[in-house]
Amino acid sequence: MQKEMAYSFPDEVLKHVFSFIQSDKDRNAVSLVCKSWYEIERWCRRKVFIGNCYAVSPRMVIRRFPEVRSIELKGKPHFADFNLVPDGWGGYVLQWIAEMAGAYPWLGEIRLKRMVVTDESLELIAKSFKNFKVLVLFSCEGFSTDGLAAIAASCKNLRELDLRESEVDDLSGHWLAQFPETCTSLVSLNISCLGSDEVSFSALERLVDRCPNLRSLQLNRAVTLDKIANILRRAPQLVDFGTGNYAAELQPDVFSNLAGAFSSCKELKSLSGFWDVVPAYLPALYSICPRLTSLNLSYATIQSPDLIKLVSHCPRLQRLLFLIQVLDYVEDSGLEELASSCKDLQELRVFPSDPFGVEPNVSLTEQGLVAVSLGCPKLQSVLYFCRRMSNAALVTIAQNCPNLTRFRLCIIEPKTPDYLTLEPLDAGFGAIVEHCKDLRRLSLSGLLTDHVFEYIGTYGKKLEMLSVAFAGDSDLGLHHVLSGCESLRKLEIRDCPFGDKALLANAAKLETMRSLWMSSCAVSFGACKLLGQKMPKLNVEVIDETEPPDSRPESYPVDKLYIYRSVAGPRFDMPPFVWSMDEAVKILH
Amino acid sequence: MIMSENGEGGGRTRGHMGPIIITPSTTFFSLLILHLTQNPYNFLLFLVMEGGLVLLGGGANGGGSGGSSGFSTNESAMSEASSYLAETELELGLGLSIGGPTGKINKASGRILTAKDFPVPRRASMNGGTPPSVTVSGTKRAADQSVPHDGGSPTATSQVVGWPPIRSYRMNSLVNNNQAKAPRAEEEHKGINEEEEEEEDKAIKDGSKLKKPNENLGHIGFIKVNMDGIRIGRKVDLNAHSSYHSLASALENMFLRSAGAEKQQLTMPSRLLDGSSEFVLTYEDKEGDWMLVGDVPWMMFLTSVRRLRIMKTSEVNGLAPRFHERNRTQRSKLI
Repeated sequence: MQKEMAYSFPDEVLKHVFSFIQSDKDRNAVSLVCKSWYEIERWCRRKVFIGNCYAVSPRMVIRRFPEVRSIELKGKPHFADFNLVPDGWGGYVLQWIAEMAGAYPWLGEIRLKRMVVTDESLELIAKSFKNFKVLVLFSCEGFSTDGLAAIAASCKNLRELDLRESEVDDLSGHWLAQFPETCTSLVSLNISCLGSDEVSFSALERLVDRCPNLRSLQLNRAVTLDKIANILRRAPQLVDFGTGNYAAELQPDVFSNLAGAFSSCKELKSLSGFWDVVPAYLPALYSICPRLTSLNLSYATIQSPDLIKLVSHCPRLQRLLFLIQVLDYVEDSGLEELASSCKDLQELRVFPSDPFGVEPNVSLTEQGLVAVSLGCPKLQSVLYFCRRMSNAALVTIAQNCPNLTRFRLCIIEPKTPDYLTLEPLDAGFGAIVEHCKDLRRLSLSGLLTDHVFEYIGTYGKKLEMLSVAFAGDSDLGLHHVLSGCESLRKLEIRDCPFGDKALLANAAKLETMRSLWMSSCAVSFGACKLLGQKMPKLNVEVIDETEPPDSRPESYPVDKLYIYRSVAGPRFDMPPFVWSMDEAVKILH
Repeated sequence: MIMSENGEGGGRTRGHMGPIIITPSTTFFSLLILHLTQNPYNFLLFLVMEGGLVLLGGGANGGGSGGSSGFSTNESAMSEASSYLAETELELGLGLSIGGPTGKINKASGRILTAKDFPVPRRASMNGGTPPSVTVSGTKRAADQSVPHDGGSPTATSQVVGWPPIRSYRMNSLVNNNQAKAPRAEEEHKGINEEEEEEEDKAIKDGSKLKKPNENLGHIGFIKVNMDGIRIGRKVDLNAHSSYHSLASALENMFLRSAGAEKQQLTMPSRLLDGSSEFVLTYEDKEGDWMLVGDVPWMMFLTSVRRLRIMKTSEVNGLAPRFHERNRTQRSKLI
């Protein structure tokens, strides 16, 4: 039967059909149907996503998919964002670029997250790919403006250059001028991460001028408010705009110029930036507020009354706003206002303005989030920092927002109990996982016992990513999660009393996940070795910056542990403070 | 709770259903049984030996603990572990779903022994060695005092690395916000500093901790350090240091150690600060000027430093002019 089917369609037809299948999951399924489909599919797969750059080697990818045009790679574990992964851990992209340079001459898109990208890598990209179009470096590091200059100079058809949240070494401000006069293809440029010396404004202006398709532009903080109007007038077609700093002394002509420039941008839907915001200039935005779907004010120290004012002057804002990120200066009252006006809100992120203060500096509590959950039934994604929480509030939120897919709550003080009952917050988070059946991502905080993990294991069937800190009582907690969460892909744990038992008991589960991070827990070196020995498809890496783990007794807990599945075997670029538990590697040592 | 000790020694029971009864034969062994119902592959047996965890079956007496701990000295236990593991490969980590059809944990037929049954921190009792300096309640930096375990009293969160979980990108932005918005605080600093300068210089000379915590400064956190001639920069956590001494030592370790420097350099006073090295430690301040590190009191340095650069002494001419002037007069003051 299968044979008949395979011969009934010529390859060309199948190829054409497959070209409509974009999702990786579907493509993977297609490739499993039969050998000929596998072959056809692998020759026409154009896009590859690799969630862990060490899970597979470049050679393996190239061997299976010879005609890739777009690649996405992720490197360091997520906790690297919070400085838990020491410098030099890894995530180097150079070898990937080098191998792809030879194998994929038509590679057009490279997207990297949390990887170390050197100038050498950038120069190699510039040299090797004639049709290079898209470079996204999300939270990367290791390169300087020299590397950017190489990209700018060589990539004749560059469409996207997005450096969001990356760390760039500033060597000179003239890399932007390297874009040749003939380059008119830019669609997206995000240089918000650059420092003050790294951008020549006149070069930027000229670039914006000659790129009529520019849709997305995020300026860096050094660009002053008075310059915004110049840019906007050159790019009225912008859809997504990030200001530089938004502060200046209030001057009527500057204001009216700015307001006019904004109003000429008829397509503008998304705003960000707003460092150092001066509230007096916010009304310049009123003309575009009715169209806004996304507003990122998370760097703007904007007070609640100003936000209320902004919202209330934009009568139609409420219907279109989908994402808002604000500092908690906005306070409960601001969020309540938001809840009553922005009925279509889908994503809310509230960051703390003073994360290290012991006493709360603003009146932002769980009430703000409860209000939003009540007023915004479409809420799907929450990231919320606050200083107090109650089970009752969490239950209310869970009941109001059953469509939540991402819920990240950070109660700033570790192990904070329910402020009303002084009990752990198990029941509250339990309600979240129970009611929100599509929950894919969850971050826990506050005082939590093993019970919360019981709930998570029981109800969190769609949970893919879980972040845990300062929680749990025993291995039972970890065991609940590993044995119950069927869809779990990424688990990251810090400062929890989880030891060897649950980990070893669920060793096979680890092969179904992308990765597991455990730091400051109670996993012994011996258990790590056992895992490394018995599970060849896992890379078990122990990180310790102070001394080698085998200089201490085997029962001694390891400082940091990172386990990930891999078909490439142990990696060879480990720094001295990372030890692989793979038997083969140890013999070589 | 299913754990029993009967009078016999070394009894060994194995089966796919029902509890496992193990008799510890020596007092060196403590016991843990995992038991779950409704699933044939639902047990796993662990022996928590003093000094180590062995995935093992039966009353293994793999040589006992004999004081030293660990797998490496316990070959027979290891081989037993391997053979047991081979036999129970199927059981390893499979099907340990606690929930039965009802989705609820059936507590009646057994429970997993928790840490409460074995007094743990659990690390201290598990090994014979010294307890680790890293405690469960948080990873500390060297400079900080210990934090209580039980979390009863609130700890200043600035003492815990990576908490609250805010990306350094955002953190740096916040710091700049705080710095920008605290001109008054700085004014106060400046006023006080006149008097305190002597005291602080003394403190710097002693290399001892300053008494005041960085209250007004926000969390400086990690800042970038680049060294001339080395392509990849590093990051250093300023909050982990309380003096120029300690910062300079750390930097020397970071950059010069990798170049094959001798270990004894660690104990020598920092050469980066006294001008005897071929490298000089400089920093970029808020205004974008590059200054010699060590010019100003430590606390003031913390408020104004943006990033560091270990510069070749030969390149020092590029620094702000007043550097030279201050350099001459202040060099003697530097530690």
